[in-house]
Amino acid sequence: MADSSTAKLPIAKALNTALRNALESDPKVLVMGEDVGKLGGVFRITDGLQKDFGEERVIDTPLAESGIIGTAIGLALRGYRPVAEIQFDGFVFPAYDQIVTQLAKMHARSLGKVKLPVVIRIPYAGGIGAVEHHSESPEALFAHVAGLKIVSPSNADDAYWMLRQAIECDDPVIFFEPKSRYWDKGEVNTSGIPGPLHAARVVRPGSDLTLVAYGPTVRTALQVAAVAQEEGRSVEVIDLRSISPIDFDTVQRSVEKTGRLVTVHEAPVFFGAGAEVAARISERCFYHLEAPVLRVGGFHSPYPPARLEEDYLPGLDRVLDSVDRSLAY
Amino acid sequence: MGTVLLAGRRTGQSSTARIRPRRTRPRAPYGAERAALAARTTPGAGPTEEQVTVESTAERGTPRRGTAAKKTAAKKTAAKKTAAKKTAANRTPDKKIADKKTAGKKAATARRTTARGTAGGGPQDRPAMVQLLTPEGERVEHPDYALDLDADGLRGLYRDMVLTRRFDAEATSLQRQGELGLWPSLLGQEAAQIGSGRALHPDDYVFPTYREHGVAWCRGVDPTNLLGMFRGVNHGGWDPNDNNFHLYTIVIGSQTLHATGYAMGVAKDGADSAVIAYFGDGASSQGDVAEAFTFSAVYNAPIVFFCQNNQWAISEPTERQTRVPLYQRAAGYGFPGVRVDGNDVLAVLAVTRAAVERARSGEGPMLVEAFTYRMGAHTTSDDPTRYRPDDELAQWEAKDPILRLRRHLDLTGAADDAFYAAVEEESDVLGRRVRETIRTMPDPDSMAIFENVYADGHALVDEERAQYAAYLASFEPEEN
Repeated sequence: MADSSTAKLPIAKALNTALRNALESDPKVLVMGEDVGKLGGVFRITDGLQKDFGEERVIDTPLAESGIIGTAIGLALRGYRPVAEIQFDGFVFPAYDQIVTQLAKMHARSLGKVKLPVVIRIPYAGGIGAVEHHSESPEALFAHVAGLKIVSPSNADDAYWMLRQAIECDDPVIFFEPKSRYWDKGEVNTSGIPGPLHAARVVRPGSDLTLVAYGPTVRTALQVAAVAQEEGRSVEVIDLRSISPIDFDTVQRSVEKTGRLVTVHEAPVFFGAGAEVAARISERCFYHLEAPVLRVGGFHSPYPPARLEEDYLPGLDRVLDSVDRSLAY
Repeated sequence: MGTVLLAGRRTGQSSTARIRPRRTRPRAPYGAERAALAARTTPGAGPTEEQVTVESTAERGTPRRGTAAKKTAAKKTAAKKTAAKKTAANRTPDKKIADKKTAGKKAATARRTTARGTAGGGPQDRPAMVQLLTPEGERVEHPDYALDLDADGLRGLYRDMVLTRRFDAEATSLQRQGELGLWPSLLGQEAAQIGSGRALHPDDYVFPTYREHGVAWCRGVDPTNLLGMFRGVNHGGWDPNDNNFHLYTIVIGSQTLHATGYAMGVAKDGADSAVIAYFGDGASSQGDVAEAFTFSAVYNAPIVFFCQNNQWAISEPTERQTRVPLYQRAAGYGFPGVRVDGNDVLAVLAVTRAAVERARSGEGPMLVEAFTYRMGAHTTSDDPTRYRPDDELAQWEAKDPILRLRRHLDLTGAADDAFYAAVEEESDVLGRRVRETIRTMPDPDSMAIFENVYADGHALVDEERAQYAAYLASFEPEEN
């Protein structure tokens, strides 16, 4: 029995297990979205759930994103805990109004009388050679809105536990799933004790420079640290895990040690999560910084066609280049 | 997308003050349609006064939930058959008259066009409207919607409408006196709101827009609770679960989806309560309302969509929202729609009661279009004289919902002077209470900004709260 709680799973399967266990443990949990039933979702994250929990718990919805989120709000008001799937990042915008004007604000508007435990799962970011609107990273657009929590796991164990925690959270949570990492495998301990949902984690210690990443770019950051190591540089990698709120304390502790900070995410650099980290850390660590905080990420352009993804995405070389620039100060 | 409560302030910039052409003459762009229109527009028959059998616009064979549904379904089928017969019987003479008044091809075109339902006609065209009380206060019967109210019941509705109107007038005055930042008046819509509100059971759930002061009254919400958001001390603030009356929603049409989701939850729970979603003619253009219709239909949710068609969405007339009468929208989604005289409190009560009962017994959604009129401005920031012809208001004043019921009470002797005096006295007391409450309503504490942003807390909010508290505290020594 002890063994069965630990397994090596891809992120996709870890998410599926989290949904299954959440459906099992709380009859108020619902899974809803386009194609989540018989098909099991276009990425098969909800595979087999409708078969086992029925159409009343795992709900195939009409093709209407605002409708999905708007009715999820109503279901939450009735005491349910809906986990809504938006099929792809770029399709969340028809629901943006419901998320921003209703979901995010209703708790405050009621002076705390109503709670909205709604999770919105969004497969996001690029790197899979998709057509347009299937590769975007809109997290900053949501992070600007008070009332939402925004998280993004980078490994299978986090995928499992962060989704369980998001479902248990009484606040609305936007759960960004790094779709290019769905097939990355890792140990998942379903009987473990998870850390707080909002806490960042040092995933590789180092002493010369702090590299902050989340979601799909954590793997890139670890590759960067490995290459830098060969060149005699010690890079500390932090996985933010939560984008709203951001655990600045963990980043601050690291930067006070290393004196240098580079942020990396797939979303455009301009007004992005990296900008927020740079601003806050500049304020908190002014006397510890040996170099300006540098940011690596997407350009101020529409997400490009698939043949140009390599240019657009912050890959190993572009991040290493920024690491070099920081260390050159 | 959303409502522009303050839109009146923007109108100064343009030449939109032009008086619109009369809406009772819809444009018919093509020859055939113009002919059809001519055939249908019979002079002398004021369409809004007409008492026509309701045309339910949908087949009702939607899937049912629960066993309770099955029981009532058997009864309903029988009832439906009779209703269908009646409808057919009533329609035939109508057609005959039409045939007499027109000739040959014209008439044929007219019938075809009518059957198609929409082409060439505006939303005001031939409203098939349920009415139980004429503007003169005379009681009329309707084959599908019976209502048996004793004198007590009639007086109760009158009292509700008078007190609601008084509260509304008081709030409008308070806005003029600077006590409220804004007020959306319900003047003219008392019957639509009281009639529908009184049709509900305590365990039914209401999703209002921001003008449902009369419905709130029926739900037992203290009217002074409604004023906080318009005074600017909160964004609602009441507990929706105290009276099953959700918070006011400013973004147009959003709440219809919340209501639908809530109704889906009611169905999942196997509860036999119903949900009612209020919205206006302007909201009918919103995608969210269309999506709410779709979701409620495919999940057979126990919901009543109650559209108060008050003819104007700020300055936009109903024609700018739709080319078909609004109640007919339901047909495309697979559930029934009905138009009711929204200034006739008895008809609204009867129709809403039937719709809510239908939802409650598992027969799915229904759309009720209450054909009414906003006698005041959209909000206190609006200036309807810029877009609304004066004679239109006069026309609707003659159909005043309160006046109408009072005439009926007088005709039937259901109320005497003592009753009217008592209601008047009660409304004075309410007015005083509203004025006193609003003037003593305290501003919220500065730190309330940081309260209830999240249920489970948020590090950034905590940090900003602490910083702002420290900033405020830094002033304290100087005050001593």
